[in-house]
Amino acid sequence: MADKSFHLEIVTPRRLVLSEKVDEITAPGELGEFGVLPGHIPFFSTLGIGEVMYRQGEKKRYVAVSWGFAEILADKVTILAEIAELDTEIDVERAKRKKEIAEEKLKTLGADHKDYLKVKASLDKAMTRMIVAGRRM
Amino acid sequence: MPSLKDIRKRIASVKSTQQITKAMKMVAAAKLRRAQENITAARPYADKMREVIGSLSIRVNPHHHPLLVKREVKRREILMITSDRGLCGGYNQNIIREVTHLLRDTEEGVEVQLNIVGRKGLDYFKRRDYPIRKEYKNILGDTDYKAAAEVGKDIVAAYEADELDELIMVYNHFRSAISQVVTVQKLLPIEPIPVPEDAVVTEYIYEPSESAILNQLLPRYVQVQIYRAMLEALASEFGARMTAMESATNNASEMIDRLTLEMNRARQAAITKELMEIVGGAEALK
Repeated sequence: MADKSFHLEIVTPRRLVLSEKVDEITAPGELGEFGVLPGHIPFFSTLGIGEVMYRQGEKKRYVAVSWGFAEILADKVTILAEIAELDTEIDVERAKRKKEIAEEKLKTLGADHKDYLKVKASLDKAMTRMIVAGRRM
Repeated sequence: MPSLKDIRKRIASVKSTQQITKAMKMVAAAKLRRAQENITAARPYADKMREVIGSLSIRVNPHHHPLLVKREVKRREILMITSDRGLCGGYNQNIIREVTHLLRDTEEGVEVQLNIVGRKGLDYFKRRDYPIRKEYKNILGDTDYKAAAEVGKDIVAAYEADELDELIMVYNHFRSAISQVVTVQKLLPIEPIPVPEDAVVTEYIYEPSESAILNQLLPRYVQVQIYRAMLEALASEFGARMTAMESATNNASEMIDRLTLEMNRARQAAITKELMEIVGGAEALK
């Protein structure tokens, strides 16, 4: 039987976050989530804010990422993210605080305000972090 | 000849200077280690980015994105990275000399403006009234990606607004603790990166689209390059300071040895003189 796993690398400007053999991933593409199984055709996508799931055997792990790119090749996936945090690394308290601050700000800003998208993004980031942290075993 | 007391005073003062240089050397060494770790940590991202840009640039028509288009150079900008603090040997001088050469060798009809990171370079060029477009102080301390991104965004925005035609970056490349190389790198327009012959050229499916990817990727690439240069520069600064302080410490040791010798001689001379006086006095009593 052929080797059904592929290599996943997640790097940020600060460090190499993850480099492991995995069997399946899903990632938050800017146009929507996509899944990758071994033998995927070459594919290049931008990433939004969200969680990357990777499966090794029966075990699923999660990584919170914001902005970046994913290069998908048949036997290798590389994710270049601006921020990437493993579920075990997330500071839940900080994410909660950020979420509250962002929610407060959003109440006062109109949808056409120039900072609206920025604040919205920071809210999304905080929410993602909390979701990912919640998945930790 | 200086008196015994004067020499003792000098020795004490050289000693305390030596203590300071020694301490500075140790601090620089510790910081250097951290800076080196940062470079190592940042390398995978920068390399990967280069790889991706390389494989994109051979497939993409350069006219698809402003950052890839070569224009006739009328306005050039130089981004130079110097340190905020001194006492690091020839570190800043080397950069300044290189930039001065670049300015002197500028072709007829080309305007040059400077973007300066670091107080040392700023002080020098400000005093000489060179056109400075942007200055950044104290952003190198614990270089984080955000600071580099700010610099990158500013320059990319200026480039896209057609305010400059070419960007050259000058910084110290970190080779080892005792060797830093002044590096001149052309950053904009982005030139296709030669890919190794045996590289597999794969055709991607792009999502959302090729141009959207380029729009995000290319400015990011510039930022990453600047970030890497800053990390290199910071490590170089600590390396240069460490070497400079090491030799200062050695010089101080040498000086102390010489002064100690001189002091002993003076002391011996004083003792001899006293003995002579006693012997002379005893002779006179006979």
